[in-house]
Amino acid sequence: MSALNWVTLGVLGLLGAGLYGLLITRNLIKVVIALQILVKGALLALVAAGQASGQINLGQSLAVTVIVADTVVAVVGLALAVQVKRLVGTLDVKALSNLRG
Amino acid sequence: MIDAVLVAGTVLCAVRAIRATQLLSSALWLAGVSALVSILLYRLGAHQIAVIELSVGAGLVTVLFVFAISIAGDDGLTEREFLPNWLALGLIALFAGLLGWMILPLEETGVAAAEATFESVLWSDRALDVLVQIVLIFSGVLCLVTLLKERHTSAQRQALAGKEERERPSAAASGNGHRPGAAVVDPAPAEVEEIHA
Repeated sequence: MSALNWVTLGVLGLLGAGLYGLLITRNLIKVVIALQILVKGALLALVAAGQASGQINLGQSLAVTVIVADTVVAVVGLALAVQVKRLVGTLDVKALSNLRG
Repeated sequence: MIDAVLVAGTVLCAVRAIRATQLLSSALWLAGVSALVSILLYRLGAHQIAVIELSVGAGLVTVLFVFAISIAGDDGLTEREFLPNWLALGLIALFAGLLGWMILPLEETGVAAAEATFESVLWSDRALDVLVQIVLIFSGVLCLVTLLKERHTSAQRQALAGKEERERPSAAASGNGHRPGAAVVDPAPAEVEEIHA
């Protein structure tokens, strides 16, 4: 089995772990962690696809955009979690559904 | 063989990050995922991205997580879950099976000899992406400033208003009658001498 296929299996594992985290967790910070794992799988998939198609530099330049977007999502998500904890008093995602107008 | 070990370690760290009972442990397992992913990226030939992922993913983001957890604290919500565990695992197995059936085996098809350098691809071919990154960074900073601004809840606002109300009469009773912002005018020295005479 080639290295590319092992990496593809890793992509499947990371995407699966991230989706599993999104499905089961109710903690807002853990949701951000699950999103991070999901995006790391996508990042690895982009570079692996670039390697497979012979355009590794194109894959790298796309991966830079993914890393920037991922970091911004993490920063905003964590700031949101801190504010939710300060205002609502809990990090439970279900408690936010009480905020419906 | 080393790729298999790295992939197994990455997936194990990811599962531990999801299943850990403490948020701090989750953040540290996530840093492990980032470090192992950066090694995999390096072995794939994406050297620049490996360095960026290691410094940003395993460094900056981990520090941000630890900072946020120290402010927000651990809620201990891990016992309560959205879906039953067996249903979530079944859905994930179905998803991974379908995706693996579609993309495996992945084979190298392209020719890498005629490819442009990373710098020319990033700054020339993908210049719009760089613009999008700049916009993303600025919007992220704006969101952060807006979100972390000190806000008072309605209870805090009422407490502040009550405190101001309590302070106002006491200042009027104990003071010399003039308002807090008003200037105090000293009598001129000539007038004082006339009074003494």
